[in-house]
Amino acid sequence: MRRYVLTFAFILAGTALIVTGVILGDPASVLSKAIRICMECVGIG
Amino acid sequence: MDKKAFVRPVVQAIATLLQNANFQGFFTGKIYQGPVKNVCVPGLNCYSCPGAMGACPIGSLQSFLGARSFRFPYYVVGLLIFFGALLGRAVCGFLCPFGFLQDLLYRIPFIKRNSFKLDRYLRYFKYIVLGLFVILLPLCFKQTPFFCKYICPSGTTAGLLLAAADSRIAEQFGGLFSWKLVVLGIVLSASLIVWRPFCKYLCPLGALYGFFNRISLYRMAVDSSRCVGCDACARACKMNINPSVEPNSHECVRCGDCVRACPHQALKMGICTGHKSEKLDITD
Repeated sequence: MRRYVLTFAFILAGTALIVTGVILGDPASVLSKAIRICMECVGIG
Repeated sequence: MDKKAFVRPVVQAIATLLQNANFQGFFTGKIYQGPVKNVCVPGLNCYSCPGAMGACPIGSLQSFLGARSFRFPYYVVGLLIFFGALLGRAVCGFLCPFGFLQDLLYRIPFIKRNSFKLDRYLRYFKYIVLGLFVILLPLCFKQTPFFCKYICPSGTTAGLLLAAADSRIAEQFGGLFSWKLVVLGIVLSASLIVWRPFCKYLCPLGALYGFFNRISLYRMAVDSSRCVGCDACARACKMNINPSVEPNSHECVRCGDCVRACPHQALKMGICTGHKSEKLDITD
């Protein structure tokens, strides 16, 4: 039972962090990086 | 083959297709730029892959940590905790496109060797990759995603796919790409012999999700009233775990081979499997 409390605590903590990030505009930062070809990732540098 | 053995490859194929559904990108060499791309996918899928519909969680994490003005990556860390607490390393076994690619390569008939002397030591390397290349180095030397730049084979695959569609990309390849191609070559060649070498030794995402295996909602449990200690599960495990002893080991990617190998149906895997544990005297 205690394990499930921990599991749901992590799920809630994850959700809370996601909501906080959305409020602070994190998805826009992720999007701005993701819509451009990442030169380092593809090996151009 | 057992019917249940088909479930995972089918889920993997669907997950890979859904995460790389920008099919026209493979021909035009242009990456998807729609609004969905602000969502991080659970597995390792480079956002510069021409088909990628979502963002890579490891790339996004490094982008936040390496930004000139540091801001805690709430959204990315939240998503990683959420996926981890829900599925643990089942993400690796079911949803990761690069894991699927390694699974397909391992199916090619060749010499197979999953147990060797250095194996247990090499497994710690993925924690070094996570701590050093994903967190510490991007934090110390800004603007450089060290893991993506020097290691990530998913990014190299994306580079190859982009170059195949757009020759201008290929013209820009130099020493860094040669290095990354060597890493990719080693990983893919090793995948013919060792099951999922990248997941075992290098993947920072697997290292992270591994911490959640003990508490994740999707988990494994051993019915000790049925287990006779025959070790059939341990022999079936390509990750070299003994599932009857460590059903929720950091290394388990939830492939289910052990569950199918058990002649006494002592292993159970699924959501909330542990709920039955109190009644059935299951250890997990």
